[in-house]
Formats: sequence, C-alpha cells, structure tokens
Amino acid sequence: MKQLLRQQLVCYRLQLKVITTSWFDGALAVFFPLMFATATLLIYGVRDDPEAMQFAGLGAAIMGMWTCQGVIASSLLTRERWAGTLELVVAAPTSMGRVLVPTTLALSTIGLYTVVATILWERWVFGLELRIESWPLFVTSVLASALTLAQFGFFLAVTAVRYRASWSLGAALEYPGWLLCGFVIPVATLPDWLHPLSWSIPTTWAMEAVRESAGGGSPWRDLLVCLVLGSAYAVLASFLGRQLVDSARRHATLALT
Amino acid sequence: MTTLRILLVGGLMSYRAMFNWLSPWILIPSMIVSPICQILLFAYIGRSAGVGNDEFYVMGNALNYAAIPCLFAMSATIEGEREGRTLSVVLTTPAARIPLFLGRALPVIVNGWAVAMVGVVFGLLVLDVHIPGSSWPALLLVITVASASCTGLGLAMGAVALRVREGAVLGNVLFCLLLVFSGVSVAVDDLPGWMAAVSPWFPLTHAIEAAREVADGAALADVIGLVVREIGVGALYAAAGLLLLRWLEDQSRRHATLERV
Repeated sequence: MKQLLRQQLVCYRLQLKVITTSWFDGALAVFFPLMFATATLLIYGVRDDPEAMQFAGLGAAIMGMWTCQGVIASSLLTRERWAGTLELVVAAPTSMGRVLVPTTLALSTIGLYTVVATILWERWVFGLELRIESWPLFVTSVLASALTLAQFGFFLAVTAVRYRASWSLGAALEYPGWLLCGFVIPVATLPDWLHPLSWSIPTTWAMEAVRESAGGGSPWRDLLVCLVLGSAYAVLASFLGRQLVDSARRHATLALT
Repeated sequence: MTTLRILLVGGLMSYRAMFNWLSPWILIPSMIVSPICQILLFAYIGRSAGVGNDEFYVMGNALNYAAIPCLFAMSATIEGEREGRTLSVVLTTPAARIPLFLGRALPVIVNGWAVAMVGVVFGLLVLDVHIPGSSWPALLLVITVASASCTGLGLAMGAVALRVREGAVLGNVLFCLLLVFSGVSVAVDDLPGWMAAVSPWFPLTHAIEAAREVADGAALADVIGLVVREIGVGALYAAAGLLLLRWLEDQSRRHATLERV
C-alpha cells in the first residue's frame, strides 16, 4: 500500500511538472476555455439578467476543467507514442492504469486552477460576484468534479490508445462536452434523445451538484451519482485498458505512428 | 511562367506535403465535427440567453472556424519546412518569396472556405437558418474574402512561427481572440467600448457582419464597403506577414537559428 501511494505521488508530481511547464497543456488549457467563458458571458450579459449571469458564471467557471481533461487525456498515450516511451509504459511492472490515473489527476489539478482563474476573471473583468450559499459544499462539489473527471479522463486515454491522431479526437470532444454537461446551457434545452448521453457523463452530475451547493440546496444526491459513475468509468477503463493493450501487443501495432 | 508554376503547383504541393490534417482521422474531427459543435454550442447558448437567433450564430461561428485551417495550415506550410529540415533549402532557392509563400496560401483559402461552408450548410439543414436563393452568390464571395483575410493573418503567424516555436499555442490564441473580438457570437455593438474599438482591426469582423446582412437578404452592393474593408484588413496582415518573413529570415540567417526546433 505504501509503495502504491509513493508511486502515485511521484507520478502525480512528475506529470504535474511536465504539464505546468508545457505551453500547450498548461497555459493554453487555461486560456482557451477562459476565452470561451468570456464569449459566453458576453452573450448572457446582453440581457443584463443577474440570474442568467449567475447560471452562466458558475458553468463558465467549471467548463475549463473539461478542456484540461478531455482534450489532453485523449492524447496521453499518443504523446507517449510520439516520445517513444509507450512501450516502456506498457512493459513496466507497474500497470498502465497506475501510471495514467495520477496523470489524469494532474490534469484535473490544472482544471482546478482554471476554476479559480475563471472565477477571478469573472469578478475582475465582468464584475460578476458569484453567489455561493455554502462554500464547503461548493468546494466539495468542485473537488468531486475534478476527481470524477480524472476517472473519465482515464477512460478516454485508454479507449483512444489505437487512435493515432487521438489529439484531434480530444479536441473534437471539447464542444460536445461543454454542450452535454450543461455548463452554460440547461441540459433540459437539449433534444430529448441527448439526455441519456448527458446524464451518463459524471461531470453533468458534478455541475448539478455545483449549482445546488451554490444555490443553497443539497448536492449529496448528485455527488453520489457523480462518484458512482466516475468509479464505473474507472473500472471500465481498467478492463478496457488491459484488453486494448493486449490486442495492440498481439498485433504489434503499439508503437506504429 | 516559372513564377506561376511556383505560385500554383508549388503552393499546392507544399500544402499537401506539410498540412498533415488532411488525413481523414484528423480532417473529420477537426474540420467537420468541431465547427458543427461550436455552432451548436453558441446557438444553444443564444437560445438559453434569449439573445440573437440561430442564423446569427451560424454565420459568426462558421466563419470563425474557417480561421482554424487558415491559421494552422498556413503556419504548417512554413513551420513544417523547419521541422522537415528543408527550410534552408527553400530559402536558398532563387524563387521569388512572394509567389513562394502566397502560393501556399491559395489552397489554404479554399480549405478555409470549405470549412465555413460545412458550418453554413449544417445550419441550413439542422438549425433555423434560411438564406434566400438570390443571396448565395454574394454569400459565397463574402466567405471567400473572409477565408482569404484569415489566411493573411495565418501568413503573419507562419512568419512569427519562424521565431516562436509554439505554433499550435499561437494558432489557438489567435483563434480565441478572433472568437471574442470579431463579433462571432456577440454583435460588435454589444461588446465593451474598448473591444469594439479594436474589433475592426481583426480579420473576420467585417466579413461576419457582411455575411449576416447578406443572409438576411441584402445585396452585394449593400455590403461592398464591408467586403472592401475585410480585403484591406487581410491584405494588411498578408503584407505584414511577408515583411516579417523577410525580416525573420534575415535574423535567422544572422543568428544561425533558422532550423532550430
């Protein structure tokens, strides 16, 4: 157990350093959603409706977490492939999942930074002070969102292992995630056939929990579903990861560019 | 004749060789799925906020997404030479610089136009967008001008990429600035004063306004002023790009940094 924790901590710290020193994964992962948050707030600001701004402000603050995870996690293994280290990761006695999870946790940490940066941006640039009824519950909901996004990122990372241009897949997931998770539009406004897809993403529940805790309600039901869904994705990712990597090794396609 | 060959054949060859997004595994997610999803995102935000209509967001975001190939493909055709270790060969050829680099811009303009059209056609088919048949010729022209104007910015970015090694980051930053400043999802009149003041200096601003008016039934003659201004802005960036290329090439030779990756 001690060895596992040490490996997770070392891997997390190393990956966090790598990500924070990368202009693409670090600075751009904060800047890109911040600009989309700005565009969104400018649209909502046209009507000058405080309730609408509160709704958009909360969602805009959280949506950057999706960018940090969805875009980059999808291409994690492709990056290892580019760097020529994918074989090492797969062949190491430490399972691939134990390497990927701290990496996606590091991505979620950048996501937490975007939440803080966006809240400050909203306050300083738009004069929007978010009304948070319960800060402890709000922080808990944001942390749960980060944790379950890391689990979902793990799922994205392993399922894209055979996709050589997975960075483009990750980039293409950005807008659908923003739409489906109800960050800046109510999920109810989406077509009915999309609702099951929305509610199958843990982040949708996390966003609901964030709104509930900011509005003074109870986020516990949403948090519970969010954590159960996130764990289900992690278990599925763990299983799929083994299958996909075994298949790639069997067909000798692991490192082909 | 040689100049024409460099401009057309050389440009097309460079575009095909350098822009690796032409693989369907990248092209479909990047240039079909993403523009459609961006349009949907802002159309739904607009509906939720009760601001604008579908046509407003389709025109703005379809043209905005044309910037992606214009910025990335243009810089790829310049930056790719450095990564392929062929930049010094290209720059030591006796070929004139203007046809050499402007030729690379022509396929990019077509690419940008096609991406914008994906968005417009999607809007027509799926969202509440109706464009009068008589408006199509003018709209196609406006989209071409928008794409050309963005390619001018892409040329300038490609030049800067000779010095700045983070081309992907730079392209995304410019794309985001266009999103916020060019009236893509918020009418320029609704932007804060200082943003509205700088907005006309960005590519796309005039073209988006013209496209919206044309889609509403305006004739080309009614928006010709906007179209001319868009061409002017694009030409300004293209000229700046060519000057920057010349200057940075000179600097790179002087400091022996031409092919430093």
